[in-house]
Amino acid sequence: MSELLKDPMVLREILLDHYEYPHNHKLTDNPAFKEAHMSSESCIDDIRVQAKITDGIIEDVRFDGRACTISTASTSMMTDLVKGKTIAEAKEIMNNYFAMIDGREFDENMLEEAVALQGVSKQANRIKCATIGWHGLEKLIAESEEENDGK
Amino acid sequence: MLDVNTIRKDFPMLDGKLMSGHPLVYLDNSATTFKPNAVINAINDFYHNYTSNIHRGEYELSQKADTAYDSVRKIVGGFINCDEKEVVFTAGATNGLNIVAYSYGLANLKAGDEILITLAEHASNVLPWFDVAKKTGAVIRYIDLDEEGRLTPAALEKAMTEKVRIVAFAAVTNVLGYIADVKELCRIAHEYGAVTVVDAAQSAAHIHTDVKDWDCDFMAFSSHKMCGPSGVGVLYGKKALLDAMEPFTYGGGSNARFEKDGTVILKETPEKFESGTPDMEGVIGLGAALRYISEVGMENISAHEKALRDYFMNKIADYDNVEVYNPNGDTGIIAFNVKNIFAQDAASYIGSQGIAVRSGNHCAKLLHNVIGVTETIRASFYFYNTFEDADRLAEAIKTCTIENCIGIFF
Ligand SMILES: Cc1ncc(COP(=O)(O)O)c(C=O)c1O
Repeated sequence: MSELLKDPMVLREILLDHYEYPHNHKLTDNPAFKEAHMSSESCIDDIRVQAKITDGIIEDVRFDGRACTISTASTSMMTDLVKGKTIAEAKEIMNNYFAMIDGREFDENMLEEAVALQGVSKQANRIKCATIGWHGLEKLIAESEEENDGK
Repeated sequence: MLDVNTIRKDFPMLDGKLMSGHPLVYLDNSATTFKPNAVINAINDFYHNYTSNIHRGEYELSQKADTAYDSVRKIVGGFINCDEKEVVFTAGATNGLNIVAYSYGLANLKAGDEILITLAEHASNVLPWFDVAKKTGAVIRYIDLDEEGRLTPAALEKAMTEKVRIVAFAAVTNVLGYIADVKELCRIAHEYGAVTVVDAAQSAAHIHTDVKDWDCDFMAFSSHKMCGPSGVGVLYGKKALLDAMEPFTYGGGSNARFEKDGTVILKETPEKFESGTPDMEGVIGLGAALRYISEVGMENISAHEKALRDYFMNKIADYDNVEVYNPNGDTGIIAFNVKNIFAQDAASYIGSQGIAVRSGNHCAKLLHNVIGVTETIRASFYFYNTFEDADRLAEAIKTCTIENCIGIFF
C-alpha cells in the first residue's frame, strides 16, 4: 500500500475531496440500470444507488441523494472500487470494507482510498452513514444474482 | 433567580463527567433530562426497602408500596391542577396519546369527521391519528402555522368547521419550542363542540401546566423529560370523558370481577385504564421528580431557560455561519444549522467537543413543509444548564468547519 495512504493529513484530504467532488455522482434513466433507494431511519441520509450488472460484471455504478460527508464520501469511494469488477471481486472488497468499519481485521490493499474511513469504526453512531451506499450495492448484487438464478 | 451551581450538585450526571475528552455539556434536554438524587433515591428506596406488588397484598410491605404509588396521583393532581381521579398513569406521552386515539377516537369518530393537527407535531401526536382516521374514515386536516411556524388561535379559528371532532396539538413544539396559547385554542375548539388533546411532552417540564385553566379535554406527558424515570407518564382526561371511555388494554388490576360468560366489571377511572402491574418505581420516581421541580419553581425554570436562550442568541448574533430557525422561540430550544454543513456532520463535531445536541428531524417529519429544511440541529437548555454551557456551544459552532467535521475521524 502506498505510504501516502498512511498519512492522516492525506487521508483527510481524500475524504474531503470525495465529499466535495463525489465520483459517479449522477443518476441515469437508462433501463439497463437497477436502482436501490436507501434511506436510514436513524440518520437522515437518503440516497439512490444505481448499477448496471451484466453477466456478473458491474459495468457501471452511480449514486445521488441527500447525504452527510461520511455517506457521500464512502459511497463515492465504493463506486470507484467496484466499477468494472466481477460480482465475486466486489463482494470481497465489500467484505473487507465492512470488516474495517466493524473494527475487525481487513486487507488494506483491497480498499485503496477507502481506508480513509477507518476512523468511523470508532464512532458507532456514524457506522450507518459509512455503510449506507455499500448496502445499496449489496442489495443490487443480490437482486442481480436472484435474477440469474431464475434464468 | 436560580442558584444553578447548587442545583447542579443534585445531579450525579453533572458531577464533572467527560465526553470525548471534554467536560460534558448536556444540551439535549428535549430528548430526555438528567435525574436528581431525590429521584434516584426514591427509586432506590423502593428497591431496597419495600419492593412488593401494589393492590394485591394484605401485608405491610405491599401497603407501603400502595401508599407510595397512590400518593403520586395527588402530587400530579397538584402539579397540573386536577382531581387525582383524573390522573391515569401510562408508559409515557406516546402511550397516553394512543389511549386517547384508540379509546376515545376510535369509539367516537365516524366517516367524514375531521381531526385537526399541525405540521409541527411529533410523530406520537400524528401517527395514532393517521391510523384512527384510516380505521374510521375520519379526515386529517392541518391547521396553518404562521410564517415562523407557530400555531395561532386565528389559524385554528380559520380551520374549524362543524365537522371537526378532535383538535390535537403540542403545548410546546419539540423542534421550534413555541408555546401555544392552549387556553384560547381550547376555547375555540369547544365552540364547535370538538374535543382537545394537548401533547404536553415538551411543556410539562418547562412551563406551568393548569388543565383547569386551559380547559383541555385530554393532556399527556412523559416523566423522563422532567427529571423523572423513563417508561412512565401521565394521561389527564376530564372525568366525564374518562368515565365514558372503554380501556384500550385489558388484564389484571383494572377489573373488579369477571365471569365465565364474559361479563366484566371494570374498576373505576383511573384504575380501569391501568391493566397489569404498573411501573411502580417509575411512578414513585415521577412523584419525587414533580416534588423536586416544584421546589425549584416552574417560574424560575422558565425564566432561566429564557435567559440562557437570550444570552446564547446574543452571543451568536454576529456569527455568519449559523442559521437559526426559531430566533424568537419562547423556550430553551434552539433549532439551527451550521451553514453548508449537513446537520449530522455538524452535530458529530459539536459532540466531539463534549457537547450533546441532537440532529435530524426530531420525529417531526412534517415540519420541513414549514421551515424548508428536513434536518436541523437542536440544542435544548434546561434549568441546570449554565451560561458557560451556552458559551461552549457558541464556541463549537464558531469552529464548526467542514474540515473540522471530517477531522473527528482521524
Ligand atoms: C412533542 C412531543 N410529543 C411526544 C413525545 C413522545 O414522548 P415519549 O417518547 O416520552 O413517549 C415527544 C418526545 O420526544 C415530544 O417531544
